[in-house]
Amino acid sequence: MSEAAGERDRDGMTTPYLQLNNLTKRFGDQIAIDDLTLDVERGTVLALLGPSGSGKTTTLRLLAGFERPDAGSIVVDGKDVTAMSPAQRRFGMVFQHYALFPHLTVGENIAFGLSERSAADRRLRVAEVLEMVDLADFAEREVTALSGGQQQRVAVARALAPEPRVLLLDEPLSNLDPGLRERTRRELRQALAQTHVTTVFVTHEQDEAFALGDCVAVINRGSLEQVGSARDLYEHPATRFVATFVGRASVISGTVASRDRVRVLGGIEWPAELSGALREGAAVSVVVRPEALRFTEGVGVGGTVVECRYTGARAFFLVQTEGEELEIEAPATAAKVGDPVRVTATRTRAYGEDR
Amino acid sequence: MSRGRPTGWLLALVLTWLVVYPIALVTLDSVHGSEGWTAQYLVAFVRDSHEWGALWNSVWISIASVALAGVVGIPLAFVFERLEFPGQRILGALVALPAVLPPLVGVIAFLFLYGETGFVGRVIGALLGTNQAPWRLQGWGAILLVHAYSMYVYFYLFTRAGLAKVDSSMIEAAHSLGHGARSTLFKVTLPLLRPQIGAAALLTFMTSLGSFSAPYIFGGGFRVMTTQIVTSKLNGDLRTSMVETVALAVVAFAGLVLFRRSQGTRSVAAVGKGTPPTARSLVQPMARWSAAALGWTFAVVLLLPHATLILVSLIPVGTWSTQLLPPEYTLGNYQALLAEPERLRPLVNSVWMAATATFAALAIALWAGRVVVQRRVVLRKPIETLTTLPWAVPGTVLAIALAMTFSVRAPWVGRWVLVGTVLILPIAYMVRNIPIVCGSVLAGFRQLDPSLDEAAASLGADRWRTVWRVTVPLLRPALLAGGALAFATALGDFVTSIVLYTFETRPISIEILAALREFDIGIAAAYGVVLMLISAAAMAVGTRR
Repeated sequence: MSEAAGERDRDGMTTPYLQLNNLTKRFGDQIAIDDLTLDVERGTVLALLGPSGSGKTTTLRLLAGFERPDAGSIVVDGKDVTAMSPAQRRFGMVFQHYALFPHLTVGENIAFGLSERSAADRRLRVAEVLEMVDLADFAEREVTALSGGQQQRVAVARALAPEPRVLLLDEPLSNLDPGLRERTRRELRQALAQTHVTTVFVTHEQDEAFALGDCVAVINRGSLEQVGSARDLYEHPATRFVATFVGRASVISGTVASRDRVRVLGGIEWPAELSGALREGAAVSVVVRPEALRFTEGVGVGGTVVECRYTGARAFFLVQTEGEELEIEAPATAAKVGDPVRVTATRTRAYGEDR
Repeated sequence: MSRGRPTGWLLALVLTWLVVYPIALVTLDSVHGSEGWTAQYLVAFVRDSHEWGALWNSVWISIASVALAGVVGIPLAFVFERLEFPGQRILGALVALPAVLPPLVGVIAFLFLYGETGFVGRVIGALLGTNQAPWRLQGWGAILLVHAYSMYVYFYLFTRAGLAKVDSSMIEAAHSLGHGARSTLFKVTLPLLRPQIGAAALLTFMTSLGSFSAPYIFGGGFRVMTTQIVTSKLNGDLRTSMVETVALAVVAFAGLVLFRRSQGTRSVAAVGKGTPPTARSLVQPMARWSAAALGWTFAVVLLLPHATLILVSLIPVGTWSTQLLPPEYTLGNYQALLAEPERLRPLVNSVWMAATATFAALAIALWAGRVVVQRRVVLRKPIETLTTLPWAVPGTVLAIALAMTFSVRAPWVGRWVLVGTVLILPIAYMVRNIPIVCGSVLAGFRQLDPSLDEAAASLGADRWRTVWRVTVPLLRPALLAGGALAFATALGDFVTSIVLYTFETRPISIEILAALREFDIGIAAAYGVVLMLISAAAMAVGTRR
């Protein structure tokens, strides 16, 4: 995790608002979270991105206080909250299925976290947050009578009402129809920007992570793979997992040819960024984006087009080479299924076999 | 579905005749005699402070029973659903056992255990050197004790079922919104359980209101409405018993309406789906062992009546007088039960009458189910109401109503003389069974795909074949569950039997009472054990998946 650690260089910076320090969580013999360290700056939105079972939801539940870590600490604003109960933490949580209380109205749901305020104060705050999520006249409604999108907004409003120190969202859009998802995502983005609340949310969808997160942390098998902006992750993936999980990519095997070149099929050399110190001749996985590959008349890896997926002017071609497959983005007219082709790459990344 | 219409009306007619008509007749007869309209008996009732006292006793005993049963059953459900400790599984099942103890059997078990000459009484007496218990198991305290013991099961089972469905994220949401365990319990968990707790409260209220065995055996001078009715009837004071019956029916109906009203209309069905909370494993040795100790103590206390009954059934007649523990144990009482034809007869009677009543109720439930699931049937609501109505009618009320309706021969208004024949008890049991069986079977019907019927028809099966080959097999779990519960209830029935039995058709409960009167406690207990075993066996068959 050398690069992830490298980004945690704090010289000249203030202490981050939310710190996760060496968190470890086991369920029986299974390690769900393995020595996870992560910082979130005040007022930013962090996306935890990972495949299902990667430990991202466990991380969120550790933050909320529903689970206690076996090791490590959680620090907010310089104070250790690890031993605090969920009620003491003042973190807001939006659940995947919203967990709205069906025996209370919309307004009562939102007022639920405001029991320490006066009645007048409560009413004011409920109206305020309902206004913010664009449900101004909904206070008296039954939550069971709302649509999925409205329920989601009520859940966000309820979590934001007590002015939480950190807002946590568990797959906030996964329960919505695809058509509604885009709009809700924009509204959510707006609400978060308006409140400047420090936010951590969990998703398994890259689009969602990139659209909502100022910063994305990729988690795999309970460990942090990389933290960075969407662009960082796409262009400089620190690990082979990030390279293949974020965005589309083909992976083929090769060996290191020099400091900036790898040797792939048929002894052909492609330019490469080497990840970490790799000696010449070392076996590597070469990861290449579809847009970094192109068909060539000159020197290239030979193969046959086996599949073509049109997306309009451009198309994705699947080229079968000796035992490996390459996905290439090119003008739709560049080739046909069955054509023998040669392929070359403008840039690739190489990872040691152990990564 | 035009074919369905006439049978639907016929079903409605049959149900009305069996359920509504007798009660209407009783109501009518309480103000209308051979001498014409009269308010005389009504006035006599209203003026009689004993009657008012008994009615009031019935009401407050029922309310107190709800409170007591809830106080025991709800926390118990939380302990067994939310905590994990040694023996939690087996104890959780044992705790539900009072459900298979018929009311009268439960009452006599209590008598043998906590009565003045019961085991606990003798032990305490011996410790005090008086050789007698320093208490008398009588009056409202004894009734409440028995009610709480037998009815907490409703709260326990309903609350557990509800808790298993509560979405864990609801609880977590409350915590993250700053509410602690206590506040979450009262503001989220309990409100979410309102339908289950409300249903248990209603069931307990109705059962207590109709409870007869406990006040009859333990009441002493303490009168409640059910015992008043039977006393009046046995004294030949028919008109008074009718007025009393109407009064009790009115209270029961008012109770039903009030409960329904207080339940409100707001749905508490969860929004979205969720996972139930997992049981919290107690890791702290102290907590673990105190939970286990508490659970085991409770289970032992709950099983004591069952154990007592078995012990007493092994005591030969007249061998146990002043000793602390019976000096002798044999199987003689059971031999007597099986060998003497007059002792065996009540067993045979109860089994065949309960079985007949159960099958008849199942047939009606299937019929009602077919009518109710048919599309666009105006009769759906009336039939659903008719099948649940007997449930709100105390057993004594039903018994008096049937006794009155079927002691007159007037075929043109649907009345025949059935009282004194072998038919009247199975009919009474069946009417009492209708809500139990229909509740289960109609729920099963609603889960059936209606197009299955149409598929069978399109494959050339006629209506009977469809029912027999498609509906019945698919409804098997519902039929078994409802049938088993109905059979066990009918088998142990005491309250309707005592009004309607004849010497030839006397069921087990009546024979238990007779044995008790003759101080044949061993025989009474042996009957109780047999009743308990058959009920338990039926329930085991019914709940098997």
